Amino acid sequence: MIHGLKAREFDRLSREALGDDIQRGAIGKATDLIRGRRGAAVARLPEWEELRERARAVKAHTLARLDHYLLQFVERAEAAGVVVHWASDATDATEIITGLVAEAGERPIVKAKSMVTEEIGLNHALEARGLRPVETDLGEWIQQLAGEPPSHIIVPAIHKTQAQIARLFAEQLGSAEDASAEELTAIARRILRQEFADAAIGISGVNFAVAETGSFLLLENEGNIRLTTSLPRLHLAVMGIEKLVPRLSDLEVFLRLLPRSGTGQHLTSYQSIFTGPAPGRGAAPRRGRGGGPGGAPPPARRHRRRALVGDELRRSSLQCIRCGACLNVCPVYRQIGGHAYGWVYPGPIGAVLTPQLAGIHEAKALPLASSLGGACEEGCPVKIALPEVLRDLGREAGEAQGEAPGGEGFGCGRWAWFMRTPRRYRWALRLARLGFPLGKRLGPFRRWAEQRELPRPAARSFRDQWKERSR
Amino acid sequence: MRVSLFVTCLVDQLRPEVGLATAELLERAGCSVEFDPRQTCCGQPAFNSGYRSEARAVARTLIEALEGAEAVVTPSGSCCAMTRRYRELFAGEPEWRARGEALAAKTFELAAFLVDRLEVTALGARVAQRVSWHDSCHGLRELGLRAAPRALLARVAGLELVEAGLREECCGFGGTFAVKHDAISVAMADRKIDELESLGIDVVTGADLSCLMQLGGRLERRGSRIRALHFAELIAGGLPALAAAAEEPAR
Ligand code: SF4
Repeated sequence: MIHGLKAREFDRLSREALGDDIQRGAIGKATDLIRGRRGAAVARLPEWEELRERARAVKAHTLARLDHYLLQFVERAEAAGVVVHWASDATDATEIITGLVAEAGERPIVKAKSMVTEEIGLNHALEARGLRPVETDLGEWIQQLAGEPPSHIIVPAIHKTQAQIARLFAEQLGSAEDASAEELTAIARRILRQEFADAAIGISGVNFAVAETGSFLLLENEGNIRLTTSLPRLHLAVMGIEKLVPRLSDLEVFLRLLPRSGTGQHLTSYQSIFTGPAPGRGAAPRRGRGGGPGGAPPPARRHRRRALVGDELRRSSLQCIRCGACLNVCPVYRQIGGHAYGWVYPGPIGAVLTPQLAGIHEAKALPLASSLGGACEEGCPVKIALPEVLRDLGREAGEAQGEAPGGEGFGCGRWAWFMRTPRRYRWALRLARLGFPLGKRLGPFRRWAEQRELPRPAARSFRDQWKERSR
Repeated sequence: MRVSLFVTCLVDQLRPEVGLATAELLERAGCSVEFDPRQTCCGQPAFNSGYRSEARAVARTLIEALEGAEAVVTPSGSCCAMTRRYRELFAGEPEWRARGEALAAKTFELAAFLVDRLEVTALGARVAQRVSWHDSCHGLRELGLRAAPRALLARVAGLELVEAGLREECCGFGGTFAVKHDAISVAMADRKIDELESLGIDVVTGADLSCLMQLGGRLERRGSRIRALHFAELIAGGLPALAAAAEEPAR
């Protein structure tokens, strides 16, 4: 069971989202703003395309030799005093983390924003043990107050207006219904300060991990990640295996790409690099499961990320640096927002990752939820061929549908057969013309015609008219 | 120059006028135009559904039909862009890959061919209307089609080009997407149409019939007065009759 997975309900969720004009307005406004800033930041960097290519190459190289770099990373990280645990899937990961939290005495937990902890349903798992992990990124904290998952990778509450947030605070915290943005931020700051002071455990994600030094990097603007990783006695960093780069110097390109691509900033306000625990803060002793020091990565079985590594096209999905740019330019995301995608990753990268990480049967609608216009690929700082992966997954979704008559795959096979010779092509079209009056009431034509006029076949095709013209 | 038309399956069946207009514009620009009836389709529908072997089967028919031509011109940015993918589509079949690449190298979208290749912009047409250009995704991103069609429209007498802020936003067609996720697809079209209506234009034009069917089908259902027309049809519609043109020397 994957926590919070509702991608099967994409049709219903997206229709509901289309009816929410306030949400569509909020997303449109926010993404336009970010796109504008990003455009300006990119325009000031003549070597942008070169940086993209370098970033893609670094990621592709690392993924092609992932085991090598993973083992190197673990060896160096352990030498620096980090304790590394391997998890083979979400359940495994949450069990390891809840185990570590139990050892530490289950004391107050603060969390930095992290997509991978959303992915494994960590908060849910901790809450099931009666714990109360507190999100400390402002947007993420708002989402936690609302009892909702984030709806955007970088801006978790992007779909909410300020008025809605003020109302949420009023309901949950008793503040004024019409509080200003400054007042709302001040309230959050006051509450979160106390949470930081009390916390004994800090949980974060990882933006990049460096194999040659065993270090990892976290980027942020609010300063909450610094506090989460330094105030509590224990810091747990959760990382997907795809976060690696080989060398420290590789970070240069990503430090320039990610902030510009994500928010249009030249640099985030804070960059924290961790190489082993801070002096005087000894690592927690290793206990129990999770593989031995320097041990082999967990078996590929059940491990969805590892399964992707074997295929070159699919593997490219793991190049993602979670900048959110593909969401901001996606015309589908703009209409339906993040929650309609039915899991933690929305937009084009969600349509690519969810079917692969959760299984195609759980998300058959997602690969087809794209007009394949390519704005996402154009915007992606690591040049993932998102439409290409979507096409590939679309076929898998069609096959998973069983290729039933009228299904995608069945249709394509037949269509190709008819298109293969001009004679068959002409038959097919004659048939289509005869069937048109009936056909427009059926299946795909009906869905087209519900809100749009259906183009009628011409009385005489071009080829017929051309014959006469040349006579 | 001898030009072979690749009319595309959509134009052939749904809007033959676009094919005829394409031929007329090419002839005005001094080309002799041929049409090889062995052609069917570029393979894009199968390709976009992830069915690469089916796409290859159809692509082979196009390659066989048109590889002997001096130049191939198509009134579709998207189908032209599809030929550029043959290189990668046939990656495992060196012979077909070479033939596909050779075809792609001499296949042009109509506006790009006229403006960039023949360096013709003035066709002698007159269309007294307010017109907005829709930059279709594939033409824009895969062919860089942006300046050429505007150069053609700029030389149409009486035509006022009104640039829409959302000109590069997707119309919501996307093949199967338009029917699989029809509500989202229509919402995407509406966003563009809302703006076009606010601009008070008469015609939205572009280089891809599929996008124009999407916008046109929705415009018609909304009862809008804006028409969606392929640019070849729009310009050819404003040409003086051939007889009259014979007296008026082409510039
Ligand atoms: S797929 Fe590319 S654009 Fe989208 S979030 Fe990942 S890195 Fe950013």
